[in-house]
Amino acid sequence: MVEPKIRIEGVSYFYGDFQALDDISMDIPPNSVTVFFGPASGGKTTMLRLINRLNDIVEGTRMSGSILINGKNIYDPDINLAELRRRVGMVFALPLPLPGTIRENVVYGLKLAGIVDRNRTDEVLERSLDQAAIWEEVKDRLDSPANALSGGQQQRLCIARSLALEPEVLLLDEPTSGLDPISTRKVEESLHELKKLYTIIIVPHSIQQAARVADQAAFFLMGKLIEYRPGTEIFTRPREKRTEDYITGRFG
Amino acid sequence: MMHRSHVQKLGFAFLTLCAITVVAPILVVIGIIFVEGVRVVSWEFISAVPHDGMKEGGIFPAIVGTLLLTLGTAVCAIPVGVGGSVYLAEYAKDNWMTRAIRLAIVNLAGIPSIVYGLFGLGMFVLFMHMGTSILAGVLTLAIMTLPVIISTSEEALRTVPTEFRTVSASLGGTRWQGIRYIVLPQALPGIITGIILGLLRAAGETAPILFTVAAFYLPRLPQSPFDQVMALPYHLYVISTQVPGMPMSVQYGTALVLLILVLSMNFVATIIRSYFRRRRQW
Repeated sequence: MVEPKIRIEGVSYFYGDFQALDDISMDIPPNSVTVFFGPASGGKTTMLRLINRLNDIVEGTRMSGSILINGKNIYDPDINLAELRRRVGMVFALPLPLPGTIRENVVYGLKLAGIVDRNRTDEVLERSLDQAAIWEEVKDRLDSPANALSGGQQQRLCIARSLALEPEVLLLDEPTSGLDPISTRKVEESLHELKKLYTIIIVPHSIQQAARVADQAAFFLMGKLIEYRPGTEIFTRPREKRTEDYITGRFG
Repeated sequence: MMHRSHVQKLGFAFLTLCAITVVAPILVVIGIIFVEGVRVVSWEFISAVPHDGMKEGGIFPAIVGTLLLTLGTAVCAIPVGVGGSVYLAEYAKDNWMTRAIRLAIVNLAGIPSIVYGLFGLGMFVLFMHMGTSILAGVLTLAIMTLPVIISTSEEALRTVPTEFRTVSASLGGTRWQGIRYIVLPQALPGIITGIILGLLRAAGETAPILFTVAAFYLPRLPQSPFDQVMALPYHLYVISTQVPGMPMSVQYGTALVLLILVLSMNFVATIIRSYFRRRRQW
């Protein structure tokens, strides 16, 4: 048995009085794609955002339980938030390029970390754009505005921006929800390459996508983790009735 | 029943009339001042000190005075104002105290300028023993300018999409880094607008400088921040109402110079703003 990259232990989470997560526990193995799926407001995005503590910004929330990365609880008081978020990258549902050029977008995280050496940033620029399968399309216009790219290109740029920091974990929140089928396929294909280097957790935008990319998949329903098993099993032979109902389209 | 297109025409006509009513008086005032003033404005008028009971010579000390006061106000009010707006928009939690602060700022923006003048007299001139001085005048003008800068800057910061801050945080940015690299540059055009509005008001006001800095007649340039200084708005007030037998042409000339000064400051600031606005993207 491989050591889990991430261990989630008894996590419950509240937005005010609303309980978004109810006692979630699961182990996420390294160098694989883990899928969180389920109907809307089931808690999957919240779970994702807790892994790089992005929900810290939201006021009036409460959490119990712990999340361990490499055996270390990321909610310990001595955790450096900036460093944690460099190690755990995040890509959002909508492509959100920052104001500025393609180059500025990709190296923004490096700039935040104080790395401005041009040789180093140029190297990172090419590597991360290449990993996100967009280098060929933008290599001749690295200094043009990022928001002039198409939606699909913007989203791959955002992936590259996260990869520039060489995170150990990459969190993807419906990264293809605004993309056309061709761009979606490109993103999905790049996941197969990326998981060799990183631990990937993705909230897919459809069950079909979940089935295509998942090494293991977790089904979230109303804040509870219903079933968590290898992708080859959960989508073909779900154990839980509720999982089966959702997958076969009886609700959701 | 009237046809719809007629109603629309009537509406447009009414709105056009409103617009003309607003703009026409301003144009008339500027036009008269320009026509009357342009006859006296010469190199001597703007570069010489006044003499013969201010009936002869120029208004150089008053021009310098107004420039100094505006510059001083900018130096004092911009850092504090922008800093305050960043605090309110980015850091302050939404509780009764910040709501009270906001309410106070909105109210302060509406206070008549003479009240600021009296406050400056009591606080800086007398209590802090600055005397009637550039320093006291600048501080008074800065306090008057602050609410305008803070409220417009805060508004500008709030229009920057929240997502940028989230993305910056997700890439390992501290809150300050997100503000410094993303939010402030994007909000800059709006912030500059607030600064322009505030400083223009400071440059043209008489009441706040009346008791705190303005000299009735001082035909030399100030030597230190504790000197008094002449200033255009106050000088205009003086030669219009306090000096008998003052030729009208000098008054028009002074008004024209003040107008040109304020409008050209406005113009420069607008250029700076449009430069930054072109670089904004979202």
